[in-house]
Amino acid sequence: MKQKHLLFLKEYPKEDIEFILDTAFKFREVLDRPIKKVPSLQGVTIVNLFFENSTRTRISFELAQKRLSADTVNFSASSSSLKKGESFKDTVQNIMSMKIDAVVMRHPAPGAPKHLTEFIDAVVVNAGDGAHEHPTQAILDMMSLKEKFGYLAGLKVGIVGDILHSRVARSNMDGLIQMGAEVTVCGPPNLIPINIKDLGADVTFDLDEIIEWADALNILRIQKERMGQPLIPSIREYRSSFGITVERLKNHKKEITIMHPGPMNRGVEIDSGVADSDQAIILDQVLNGVASRMSILYCLCGGHSDEMEQNEH
Amino acid sequence: MKWNKMNIKKYINHILFKNGRIIDPFNQKSFKGSIWVKDGRIAGVGDFEIPKVDDIFIIDCTNKIITHGFCDLHAHFREPGEDDKEDLGSGSRSALAGGFTRVCVMPNTKPPIDSPELVDFIIQTAKQSPIHIHPIGAVTKKQEGKLLTEMSLMHQKGAVAFSDDGLPIQNGGVMRTALEYSKFLNVPVINHAEDVCIRANGLVNEGLVSTHLGLKGNPDVAESIMVQRDLELAVYTGATLHVPHVTSKRAIDHIKRMKSQNNKITAEVTPHHLFFNDLNLMGYDTNMKVAPPIRAEEDRIALISGVKDGTIDCIATDHAPHRLEEKETTFDIASCGMIGLESCFGAVNKVLCVDNNVKVEQVIDSLTLNPRKIMDFNGDLFSLGAEAEITVLDDKQEWEFSLKDIESKSVNSPFIGKLLTGKVLHTISKNVLASI
Repeated sequence: MKQKHLLFLKEYPKEDIEFILDTAFKFREVLDRPIKKVPSLQGVTIVNLFFENSTRTRISFELAQKRLSADTVNFSASSSSLKKGESFKDTVQNIMSMKIDAVVMRHPAPGAPKHLTEFIDAVVVNAGDGAHEHPTQAILDMMSLKEKFGYLAGLKVGIVGDILHSRVARSNMDGLIQMGAEVTVCGPPNLIPINIKDLGADVTFDLDEIIEWADALNILRIQKERMGQPLIPSIREYRSSFGITVERLKNHKKEITIMHPGPMNRGVEIDSGVADSDQAIILDQVLNGVASRMSILYCLCGGHSDEMEQNEH
Repeated sequence: MKWNKMNIKKYINHILFKNGRIIDPFNQKSFKGSIWVKDGRIAGVGDFEIPKVDDIFIIDCTNKIITHGFCDLHAHFREPGEDDKEDLGSGSRSALAGGFTRVCVMPNTKPPIDSPELVDFIIQTAKQSPIHIHPIGAVTKKQEGKLLTEMSLMHQKGAVAFSDDGLPIQNGGVMRTALEYSKFLNVPVINHAEDVCIRANGLVNEGLVSTHLGLKGNPDVAESIMVQRDLELAVYTGATLHVPHVTSKRAIDHIKRMKSQNNKITAEVTPHHLFFNDLNLMGYDTNMKVAPPIRAEEDRIALISGVKDGTIDCIATDHAPHRLEEKETTFDIASCGMIGLESCFGAVNKVLCVDNNVKVEQVIDSLTLNPRKIMDFNGDLFSLGAEAEITVLDDKQEWEFSLKDIESKSVNSPFIGKLLTGKVLHTISKNVLASI
């Protein structure tokens, strides 16, 4: 690995992403075994710092760490001394002084993981920083696409929904473009960030157009909690223009692959009939999430492919 | 750790700034010669017979520029209320280190300067200061943007202008009233021009960089719309309007167009908006977090053109000290602002003279003559008998700005580690000689 941390996928070396993906598929095989545990990160201590609520990502990371035999400590802002007025820096430095090898952090502030690397030595994995990036989600999405299609270069991926407030959208764009895929984003114009074309993505406001174009669609929810004032007049209006409904997909002859990073709002951005259909690989994404995070932690915490194979025997 | 290295000498009977290049902005003249200061007043300029006295302090100014002391229209000295960040004393030392002999301080203190009594507090406290400190009074009580302060009484006590500083006056009716009312005082009204609703808690310039960083964008139209409103009102009322810290090409275009309709419209730019663009924020450097934000390269280029063609009248630092803890945190909650007095000349001289072929005389005008004109301060500083406000500088010296150059109580500066061109060497003010 060229990189010490995984903070964001923008300009992350292609070889590193490839290495992580290849390793992830190997770990995916481990997850299909009766005994799903390997000793790869025995003796490595990882702390999960969650300054923002999370269900999926947190469980996924914890499970990945347990499957790798790492020792883990969990921290959440609600149970912390941050409430007693301790600063972010002090909180983290206190935990780090107890000899931690790696940190998995989710934080509401964009750039917080980068800030963290300025005063600690350990490996930092960004588990989502505000509306900036969510690189491990993008890795698992790319893994799922690769599993489904067999390749990423030249693949046409659409991202639909609230792009403005989405770290998933940014990381997916950065990662997929780095791997040679084509990306188009679609959503209401006021939920598309400015200058996004300069990041390499195309933009459309026409859902039918992107369905016709794409091989796969990644559907995002509307992040009301990050909006200062309501930016969408009503749910039914959003659904009529940007909701992935059974009827809308029926109008297109091709069968398109449907992804969703969760949490889903059924009946808003996606219909139950779509989410539960064979077209959807949403639950594969969740399983691949564990394999991807095993791979990321393993690759960054000093593991090598050969070593892993030896450990298996 | 920082350490202060500025050397201060007080109440010297005779100082001779010898054999320099004298730039006199008031008379728009530049010539070789010396300046003699006797008991803090100008006693000789140019070619004169050197006084034969024993207690004369001679400073060799060969290849150096001797000019007026700089005048800053926009600084925060944090007294009263936040003197852990800065006070009138430390702010004065910071000013001397940057070549400033006269500084207008903003009213966003705790409490804000919104009454004649508080204006008087600043005037009285600043009497011991080695530089001239002029309070700017709040336009509205508690800076709430609602009820006008006692502007006339505050003016009588020494307020030189009125501003709600960081808090834009959102209500156009209040702004109109303030401009209209201030006409009998003949002082500028200064409005931090940002439409708060359009700004919508934006943290950085809205554009590619905000999209990259996932930080909420603050679009340039939030500034230009408010600037245009203020300009229209200034033209309509015929009042005196000073536009602070202009950041965008759009605002520059408005100011340029509207200035022809009211000759009492003036504008300032900060060194940091001239020096940096928003790409410098890609690493989430909280010292770069300022309000209004550092904008795109095309805006920076427009600001430079604005200085060149006179749309921008003066350079003002917006010196804004903050404690380390307020900056050593995540970008979203870090305080806005940077200190700017010590690094000002080296930064603007580099951008304007070295990189953009502006003459050093023009840069000096924008730091001396022009700000004094805006505030109606005496500008004829090299006439015999005038109180000496002098800055000696080397406009060619390249140097790296570092912690040891900072005299402020705070060190929140993204200029640390940057190469600057042009250095202030000596400042004399109120018969105090600071050698930097």
